[in-house]
Amino acid sequence: MIKVFRYLKPFRMPLIFVVVLLFLQSMTELYLPTLMADIVDKGVAQGDTNYIWRIGLFMILVAFGGIAASIAASYFSSKVSSGFGRDLRSKVFGHVERFSLEEFDKLGTASLITRTTNDITQLQQVLLMMMRMMVSAPLLAIGGIIMAMSKDKTLSLVFVIVIPVLVGAIFLIAGRGIPLFKLIQKRIDRLNLVLREGLTGIRVIRSFNRTEHEAKRFEKANFDLTETSIKVNKIMAAMMPTMMLVLNVSSIAIIWYGGLRINNGSMNVGDLMAFLQYAMQIMFSFIMVSVMFVMIPRASASAARINEVLDTQPVIKDAEHAEKASEQKGYVEFQNVSFSYPGAEQPAVSDISFSAKPGEVTAIIGGTGSGKSTLISLIPRFYEADSGAVLVDGQDVRNLSQADLRAKIGFVPQKAVLFTGTIADNIRYGNESASDEEIEHAARIAQAADFIAEMDKGYEAEISQGGNNVSGGQKQRLSIARALVRRPEIYIFDDSFSALDFKTDAKLRAALKEETRESTVIIVAQRVSTVKDADRIIVMDESRIAGIGTHRELLETSEVYREIVYSQLSEEEIA
Amino acid sequence: MSEQQRSRPAGGGFGRGHGPGGPGMVMPGEKAKDFKGTLRRLLSYLRPHRGQILAVIGMAVLSTIFSIVSPKIMGKATTELLNGIIGRMRGVPGAHIDFDYIWQIVMLLLGLYVISSLFTYVMQLLMAGVAQKTVYDLRRDVNDKLGRLPLKYFDSRTNGEILSRAVNDVDNISTTLQQSLTQLITAVLTIIGVIVMMLTISPLLTLIALVTLPVSFLAIKKISGRSQGHFIGQQRNLGELNGHVEEMYTGHRIIKAFGREEKSIQKFDQINDKLYDSAWKAQFISGLIMPIMSFIGNLGYVLISVIGGLLVTKRSMEIGDIQAFIQYVRQFTMPITQTANIANIIQSTVASAERVFELLDEEEEVPEAAKPAELADVRGDVAFEHVSFGYGENMLIEDMNIDVKMGQTIAIVGPTGAGKTTLINLLMRFYEVNEGRITVDGVNITDFKRGSLRNMFGMVLQDTWLFNGTIRDNIAYGRIGATEEEVVAAAKTAHADHFIRTLPDGYDTVLNEEASNISQGQKQLLTIARAILADPSILILDEATSSVDTRTEVLIQKAMNELMKNRTSFVIAHRLSTIRDASLILVMNHGQVIEKGTHEELLEKGGFYADLYNSQFSNGAAQEIAG
Repeated sequence: MIKVFRYLKPFRMPLIFVVVLLFLQSMTELYLPTLMADIVDKGVAQGDTNYIWRIGLFMILVAFGGIAASIAASYFSSKVSSGFGRDLRSKVFGHVERFSLEEFDKLGTASLITRTTNDITQLQQVLLMMMRMMVSAPLLAIGGIIMAMSKDKTLSLVFVIVIPVLVGAIFLIAGRGIPLFKLIQKRIDRLNLVLREGLTGIRVIRSFNRTEHEAKRFEKANFDLTETSIKVNKIMAAMMPTMMLVLNVSSIAIIWYGGLRINNGSMNVGDLMAFLQYAMQIMFSFIMVSVMFVMIPRASASAARINEVLDTQPVIKDAEHAEKASEQKGYVEFQNVSFSYPGAEQPAVSDISFSAKPGEVTAIIGGTGSGKSTLISLIPRFYEADSGAVLVDGQDVRNLSQADLRAKIGFVPQKAVLFTGTIADNIRYGNESASDEEIEHAARIAQAADFIAEMDKGYEAEISQGGNNVSGGQKQRLSIARALVRRPEIYIFDDSFSALDFKTDAKLRAALKEETRESTVIIVAQRVSTVKDADRIIVMDESRIAGIGTHRELLETSEVYREIVYSQLSEEEIA
Repeated sequence: MSEQQRSRPAGGGFGRGHGPGGPGMVMPGEKAKDFKGTLRRLLSYLRPHRGQILAVIGMAVLSTIFSIVSPKIMGKATTELLNGIIGRMRGVPGAHIDFDYIWQIVMLLLGLYVISSLFTYVMQLLMAGVAQKTVYDLRRDVNDKLGRLPLKYFDSRTNGEILSRAVNDVDNISTTLQQSLTQLITAVLTIIGVIVMMLTISPLLTLIALVTLPVSFLAIKKISGRSQGHFIGQQRNLGELNGHVEEMYTGHRIIKAFGREEKSIQKFDQINDKLYDSAWKAQFISGLIMPIMSFIGNLGYVLISVIGGLLVTKRSMEIGDIQAFIQYVRQFTMPITQTANIANIIQSTVASAERVFELLDEEEEVPEAAKPAELADVRGDVAFEHVSFGYGENMLIEDMNIDVKMGQTIAIVGPTGAGKTTLINLLMRFYEVNEGRITVDGVNITDFKRGSLRNMFGMVLQDTWLFNGTIRDNIAYGRIGATEEEVVAAAKTAHADHFIRTLPDGYDTVLNEEASNISQGQKQLLTIARAILADPSILILDEATSSVDTRTEVLIQKAMNELMKNRTSFVIAHRLSTIRDASLILVMNHGQVIEKGTHEELLEKGGFYADLYNSQFSNGAAQEIAG
């Protein structure tokens, strides 16, 4: 947690202000009882009305000073905590944006989202609370002890007994409660999981007639959560009463022993009253700190998660002296490339070699997990080859800057991703300077123009978050248009036609052919019909190339390819 | 001195997320549409715990009374001390401090404090049970309700929306019950009790103290009014920021591919700055409440010290009473801030409750037939008789008649988004037909229990659904009480056995939450195994387009063919062989069944299907068919 707070450095000055202001404010809080003691001891005891008025006026001034200080402190602490949250958030987001896919795989997208949003908000809140309470609590406690001792040293010994008792009680109760809070969080997660599964799988659950079973699962999660919650709340129920009891008993003790000391003349009545108020302030500050102690474990869990993100360094970095992009356009070459995902036993792709030229279509086909998607992910350097080299336009991708490299590539992912904004915005994502005509042209090629025209606002229709208001096939076509508008040297289609029905698929491929005449096209596909006309088909099997050639060649030479073809086409269609 | 900070009973609060701000913040209260009705209904959930709640209130009354009385009693001890001292200073003969009397007071106080703490403890203890059990009931009701809602409900809103009601809103209610209810009771009691006690000490001072009341209320109202705007802004900006983060992270591959990192960071910083602006203002303004309250409190404190001091010099008041009075005034501020907050909390709780009740009031599935039909042996004849279906004006299916005999295969074809799942929804009775009837073996499907109807069907959809559990449990989901041998046999038929055995834990491999530890194709195999195990009479299949790899698909196809033998099958078809061999083809477009017939009939007809077929399979470059 302390590590995260190093980002407070730019806020050193306001932080010092906050501490100073809170100190002043605490002092006024402590000073008021002293003044009141004077009213009692000097004013009341001697019947000096003037004195009472004078001190009263002074007290109001002190109170004014107090509020001024605390308002100023509140101003600075709001600015510091919000500023800290802003800077940390920006830092984390900027850092994550530099991550390669490897880091995303490792940390998980959902988890990264929580870390950037909730965890930081959590920290920001705790920081604010700390500045509001934790700073002033010790100040009040120490100030209170000093003031109490200045009133009567001997009586202050009461604290020697009371404070350890108070601290002990807090530790005892919180020590039993805190582990249970963690357990509660787990139980809540479990309940949410069961509920979410029940929602996403509703068709399956109902079709298998397992509603009862799901209800029981939920019942159990619900019961577990309730049971733990009751347990925690029962333990924590002891917290307040115990602390109040300690507080109250110590105030009686102060009255009693104070009374004795007043009796033998070593203390004044007003001082005793002030002393009592100090005692209360001291103990409340302890209670406040104990509340913080309950908050801190949560915040430090958040802090640890944020630190993990910030400590993760992207594996893929631009070379220090990146080469300039060469004059060649649209050449892709793999030289004995192997790659394993971190921690995997088997390489995902192994000893891959091939090359592709402009105007050629290279298709990659093969079973699930055979390494097709991994292979093409190496071209834009989403991952980095463990051995061998990937060359684009004759240059090793590691020697190019990532920006230059990716500017050459139009990438269409397996799972179409759209962003909030209009349809035109989404297509223009591929090329910011694209004109409206170019966008419409790309949409036409991608077979998206028709459905866009059917929409209420056409190209200005808004895509909702996650693209939920368009169908899967429409999403794919828009993401194809996005790549087209870029007019890249290299097209990569990662199984990007899967959600299209065959009519659209066929039309699209016919139109693409025209458009990509001068580029290299690399297509990952499952359907033989998609790859059949390619200049080169790479057949992947268990991370290796099982055959390279045209449809006809492969039918002769590759057993794996034949198997795939026979599974999809009937006899007469193969010829 | 007593309990200035009765405030938040320590229970429950720490494990849950508070809104941004923490204590002393006044969050914008959402308004419920029908506050009274919802509140009444929420209270009805507390009815089973009536006894305990009465006890809680009793405890609250007693512990509050005791804690309110004690400052007054303690004041007596101070008075005795001062009088003794003053007496001695003035040399009054025989003046001394009566320690026997003080000892009695001390003992009395000790007793009061112990009892008061004990009552508070018991109160919290009881409330823990009441609050959690109430929420338990509420959650169970919500889940039961979800089980009875028709699929239409789930299809017409996002899971997030439903989850937010079932989780966040219920959670909100839970926190309120646990914390705010007792707080409200004690706060109100404390205010009343304190006023009464103050009046018994000095009506004049009480008047002074009470003058601060409206000032405080006004201050709180004013501040929270101003901060609300900023809080709403903060909430909106935070939402926008979270949305951006979610979008950018899920689209990370695309951001990279198109080199848009800088743009994305720019937009982030822009939203982040807006958030900062509204956040610090919201925090600052709402942070003013505490200092201002304590200032007003301090003003009262000073006034009372001064005027009280004057009164004591005039001998019209005892010193101990001033001490007690000061304590009362201090006790005052806390419950007032609390009640102001609680009003908001209750408002948002009732709004939450209303959303939960809205869910509970949703229209349920049509009730089961009174005397449900049972088929001893399902043949698998399916007929649609004059079936019409649609929403409002928009009729999707009109007067449809199909007659499917046992063992036949029906292919459903059409472009993406043509509404092919509508038919399946009707068959499985996920949706109810508007007119006409669907029969299985001549029996109207509405005459079956939904459960027994769905037992006749086996369904393999493209979007696989597996739950967080072992592979064995996921397959066994197909049939209750399936044996180990049956599970393995089903896996073997589905060609899943091999890959399962290559996993480190085999059948005991636990699928993680997103089931991302096995591939999409493997998931599909598991769902097929599950359907095989269920051994249904009628099949509903969604032919894979992309998720199952081509080689595995051969195996799956074999298994499916095996499975389809002697069973009536409805297939959302993509492969030509399936389509051509089907007994009946239903052609769908724009959500409607536009043509039906056999392959030959449809070709002859020269309609949409013929067009589709010709453009696909018989001319031009893309002559071959797709899988």
